[in-house]
Amino acid sequence: MSLTDKKVKLIEQTANKIRCSVIEMLVAAGSGHTAGPLDMADIFATFYFHILNHRPKNPLWPERDRLFLSNGHICPVLYATMAHAGYLPLKELVTLRKFGTRLQGHPHRKSLPGLESTSGPLGSGLSGAAGYAYAARMDKKKFRVYCFTSDGEHDEGNTWEAVLFAAKYRLSNLTVILDRNNIQIDGNTETVMPLEPLRDKYEAFNWHVVEVSGHDIREINAAVEEAQAVVEKPTIIIAHTISGKGVKEIEGDYRWHGKPPTAEEAKRFLKELRANAVGKR
Amino acid sequence: MPLNPKVKLDPRTLERKALKREATRGGYGRGLLEAAKKDERIVALSADLTDSTKTNLFAEAFPERFVEVGVAEQNMVTVASGMAAYGKIPFVTSYAMFSPGRNWEQIRTTICYNDVPVKIVGSHAGVSVGPDGATHQAIEDIALMRVLPNMTVLSPCDANEAFRATIAAAWFPGPVYLRLARVDTPVFTTAATPFTVGHAEVLFDTKGKLDVALIATGPLVYEALLAAAALERQGKKVRVINMHTIKPIDEKALVQAARDAGAVVTIEEHQRNGGLGSAVAEVLVRHLPIPIEMVAIDDSFGESGTPGELIKKFKLTAPFITAAAKRVIRRKS
Repeated sequence: MSLTDKKVKLIEQTANKIRCSVIEMLVAAGSGHTAGPLDMADIFATFYFHILNHRPKNPLWPERDRLFLSNGHICPVLYATMAHAGYLPLKELVTLRKFGTRLQGHPHRKSLPGLESTSGPLGSGLSGAAGYAYAARMDKKKFRVYCFTSDGEHDEGNTWEAVLFAAKYRLSNLTVILDRNNIQIDGNTETVMPLEPLRDKYEAFNWHVVEVSGHDIREINAAVEEAQAVVEKPTIIIAHTISGKGVKEIEGDYRWHGKPPTAEEAKRFLKELRANAVGKR
Repeated sequence: MPLNPKVKLDPRTLERKALKREATRGGYGRGLLEAAKKDERIVALSADLTDSTKTNLFAEAFPERFVEVGVAEQNMVTVASGMAAYGKIPFVTSYAMFSPGRNWEQIRTTICYNDVPVKIVGSHAGVSVGPDGATHQAIEDIALMRVLPNMTVLSPCDANEAFRATIAAAWFPGPVYLRLARVDTPVFTTAATPFTVGHAEVLFDTKGKLDVALIATGPLVYEALLAAAALERQGKKVRVINMHTIKPIDEKALVQAARDAGAVVTIEEHQRNGGLGSAVAEVLVRHLPIPIEMVAIDDSFGESGTPGELIKKFKLTAPFITAAAKRVIRRKS
């Protein structure tokens, strides 16, 4: 689906609002992950406001595209995006991680309509998405299955089992978007457990690989369109992102993987994000 | 004869040599084929063990619904969770030691917590796997599965019951673990024997005030029947319960047995820690504490040998059950 300049601008502005929501949610929760949700905001916004065929007011619409979030810990960005898209009230976002909330610390399919999977423990989301894509293809369904995954969870053997599986069965209705932000809890990915050459690995496993900037709406969209045109293989879009994108203090610092901002930091970060929103980027 | 007429066992049940022998995995293979003929949603996944789990019957009949995932049990159950979330009814098959032995967290998160109707079929449970040795003898699987919310745990006593349990599992609305054995064991239930998930069956019941109740699961139910017959010859009054569903356990049948007999023996081819005996004790200690003896594996690993040698070495055969029954009767105050 083509993108007008106006639409790109709208998606960028929405991504900025999502980032603000993420900061507000995390500071209210007092725990949770900051870097990943911020750096995935552009991709989430592009999907929920342009790519996905979905009906937020009818979340179980049978023909909807399915989006599996494998690295469940970045769920603040998923919840925030869903709220901005109309799946849930914006004011519900601050219930993240609180007793009785639908917005569990890691996503639970049964607690909020619109969530396609339960995830948190790393490395199994791609298997679930691949199984879903396989089953849908058996019934000749036209919708597409997307799986958002992280670089860190490529340390997991289960991820590579799924990579083999999706290639064997040529699941071209499955597209993976990998958040290549280069960080995980204990440090940079290439320090903790080197993944490079990641592109070569996927190509050797017989996947179609596209690399994009995870902050360029047009590139993200073009890569998804390319994936839709590849019918012989599953496609992975390696989205190069700057961890914590949008807040300079957080950007590129692995120590922000798994902690929330303090109230004081949040005030500063929101100010910076809102300044970006009025066109200073 | 004190065999319960209502459960319609083979009339030659107590004549070991007269009975046909088949492994419970065989009954599963036939059951899956039967269920799949009636329901197109049923799919089967195998982790490179299609023939020895007897999933080959399904794979040959429905190749388009059979998914070979290779030696990747973590992937297998999670792929199945996705298929089930879509609307399929997946049976995932391997040896119990690998599934649920290796992939427990994926089963917990993506099947049980996610609440999707995946059927986990663990063949080659117990030490009666035989020559393959301890690495392939799952004796912890009941504990692993019965601790999970939303999970139902089935452990059929013979091939015919495995057939019925498989069909019941297919349409049971939720995750199910089906525990199966490799070795051929006596087939003593019939097509007319009832099977309802969660409802234990009394197979043997002496008239009058009972001395002891034997509560068994899996193919060792047969050993419990032989033990009951021996005890009865020695003047004891005995009930045998086939606890084919370990979760949810039939509390009513257990409390009734405890009330009627005042002492029970549990029998299983599994570690004592966390198995059927533990499940029975958890119920009785809350409702009606009475002496319990547990015939089970005593915190050790299996080893190579013939199935017959091993169940004897681990003290699981009829004479050990009889001895445990006498011990528990002595403990009654």
